[in-house]
Amino acid sequence: MSGRVLVGVKRVIDYAVKIRVKPDNSSVVTDGVKHSMNPFCEIAVEEAVKLKEKKLIKEVVAVSCGPQQAQETIRTALAMGADRGIHVEVTGKDYETLGPLQVSKIMAALAKKEDAQLVILGKQAIDDDCNQTGQMTAALLDWPQGTFASEVSFDGDKIKVVREIDGGLETIKIKTPAVVTADLRLNTPRYATLPNIMKAKKKKIANVKPADLGVDLTSRLEVVRVDEPPQRQAGVKVETVDDLVGKLKEAGTV
Amino acid sequence: MAALGPLGRIARFGSSICRNHRLIYNRSPQRRGIASCIDPSHGLTDEQKEFQKVAFDFATNEMAPHMAEWDQKEMFPVETMRKAAELGFGGIYVQPDVGGSGLSRLDTSVIFEALSTGCVSTTAYISIHNMCAWMIDTFGNAEQREKFCPILCSMEKFASYCLTEPGSGSDAASLLTTAQLKGDHYILNGSKAFISGGGDTDIYVVMCRTGGKGPKGISCLVVEKETPGLSFGKKEKKVGWNSQPTRAVIFEDCAVPVANRLGAEGQGFGIAMRGLNGGRINIASCSLGAAHACVQLARDHLLVRKQFGETLSNNQFLQFKLAEMATRLVASRLLVREAATALQENRSDAVSLCSMAKLFVTDECFDICNQALQMHGGYGYLKDYAVQQFVRDIRVHQILEVQNAADEC
Repeated sequence: MSGRVLVGVKRVIDYAVKIRVKPDNSSVVTDGVKHSMNPFCEIAVEEAVKLKEKKLIKEVVAVSCGPQQAQETIRTALAMGADRGIHVEVTGKDYETLGPLQVSKIMAALAKKEDAQLVILGKQAIDDDCNQTGQMTAALLDWPQGTFASEVSFDGDKIKVVREIDGGLETIKIKTPAVVTADLRLNTPRYATLPNIMKAKKKKIANVKPADLGVDLTSRLEVVRVDEPPQRQAGVKVETVDDLVGKLKEAGTV
Repeated sequence: MAALGPLGRIARFGSSICRNHRLIYNRSPQRRGIASCIDPSHGLTDEQKEFQKVAFDFATNEMAPHMAEWDQKEMFPVETMRKAAELGFGGIYVQPDVGGSGLSRLDTSVIFEALSTGCVSTTAYISIHNMCAWMIDTFGNAEQREKFCPILCSMEKFASYCLTEPGSGSDAASLLTTAQLKGDHYILNGSKAFISGGGDTDIYVVMCRTGGKGPKGISCLVVEKETPGLSFGKKEKKVGWNSQPTRAVIFEDCAVPVANRLGAEGQGFGIAMRGLNGGRINIASCSLGAAHACVQLARDHLLVRKQFGETLSNNQFLQFKLAEMATRLVASRLLVREAATALQENRSDAVSLCSMAKLFVTDECFDICNQALQMHGGYGYLKDYAVQQFVRDIRVHQILEVQNAADEC
């Protein structure tokens, strides 16, 4: 096994930013807005770096798809301990329509090209909340998947994944190579240290185009409209239980 | 903080992210430097932006949630500062061969500005500690650097800077603490006043008189805490800066090895002043961070508070005031960063720029924080709101590391 782990990192609008919808309702305002690494991707990078520190894998490669600014996100991953980065250049209209299907095709192509033993992704991105890329990547590669991982350990030539599911926790064992997606409680991402940030400058980021990987970026989805969630309406106070039942019947919910 | 427009996504994410040490403290996300015209990352290199990001994250997650408690309970947050040191914040501009991070003055200013948004008092102490570590790094000989710098950079030990005395504040060169040479020791007698960290720290960088009157008679000695003859006054009760203890440091026939002298006899005052140049930039940077945090707190409050049927944010006077605050903040930041660059490059105007930056920025930023408090109305006066702590904490920046009136000379 190559001992190489691919970690996908996505540049998203910072979680603390107040989101605004463009006046033409086409999308969300991103110009001049603070961006950072998707929090679940941070958890994914942390897990990969931890595995390397435990000497269970040899190399961590951080991958990001997007315009020039995606390199900032890769640099953050390098500062956390990734060994090198791959920036898949996607710009303009292609970037606007870039979704899980396109990214998973790219990740699958890279996983094969880099002979990866493991692909770790965040379970979902906080901008689109799709929760699809990990699963699609595994399907395209025909690899097993351990999604919503809250614990990952190596068990011989298999990986033991504890998954957070609706009913509680599910433990599965999957063969490598595999895809794992990181859930919230998998770990607490480390802060990059000042020396590591400076070392990250020297680490390499390779530039790749989707065409080089033979990936077709055409989207099968079209975003028709983006709206803010409806303003919360004031409630109504009722005096008795009968009134309450009456109101519920009126609203058709009972 | 009340709902602000499309809160849906933030609330959903907030409810799923209840990790203990990443609790979305209900005010801290607002200090992450998001508003774009006062964004402190403008004009920085990619690397500096990374440093700033780490510092902001650390401030938001490790400091801001505890800032009020540290102030009210007067706690010296040793564990948190050691965590900061693990990231490289213990000796930011100390050379790497003795454990420092080897960064520039501008990098340092950016870092302290970001950390200060989490807690001004603690960041100010960290900057004093950094200043002491730098003095030993720069003016110490090989043995002194090896002995003291690594443990200071890791914050295994903490440092204090001892220049001021009851009788000499602005007139620092008239200090009276004597250091008489006896064999291979100096015997120290005298006392220092208002020493940050005094009594809780381990290493004291002390300016004392080995020679005649005036600055040329002053030398710089490193005194370790357990030295016999070293004692401390009572812990002072202060308006702010409460997360660091302030005490008088008393020397009674305190014998300090000659080997602990930094530089030659008579160089002490120069060392002290060189330390203070950087110290001025650091303190000004702490004021910047506080002002930045306060502008954001004020903005958030204006968006929420309603009077006369609409939010205060629709009030033209307040809009103008906020714009002025933002402008003064950015102007201050530019001056500090220019001073930092000048100091780094050893320019001829470095010393005067550092003084000007400290004078201008501490005054401006105090006004900004004070205005922000005013905009909060009665709520600004309550300790439940962070803005009053920023005001109290940075008030002293106009006084120490050379009183602003002295800087005007």
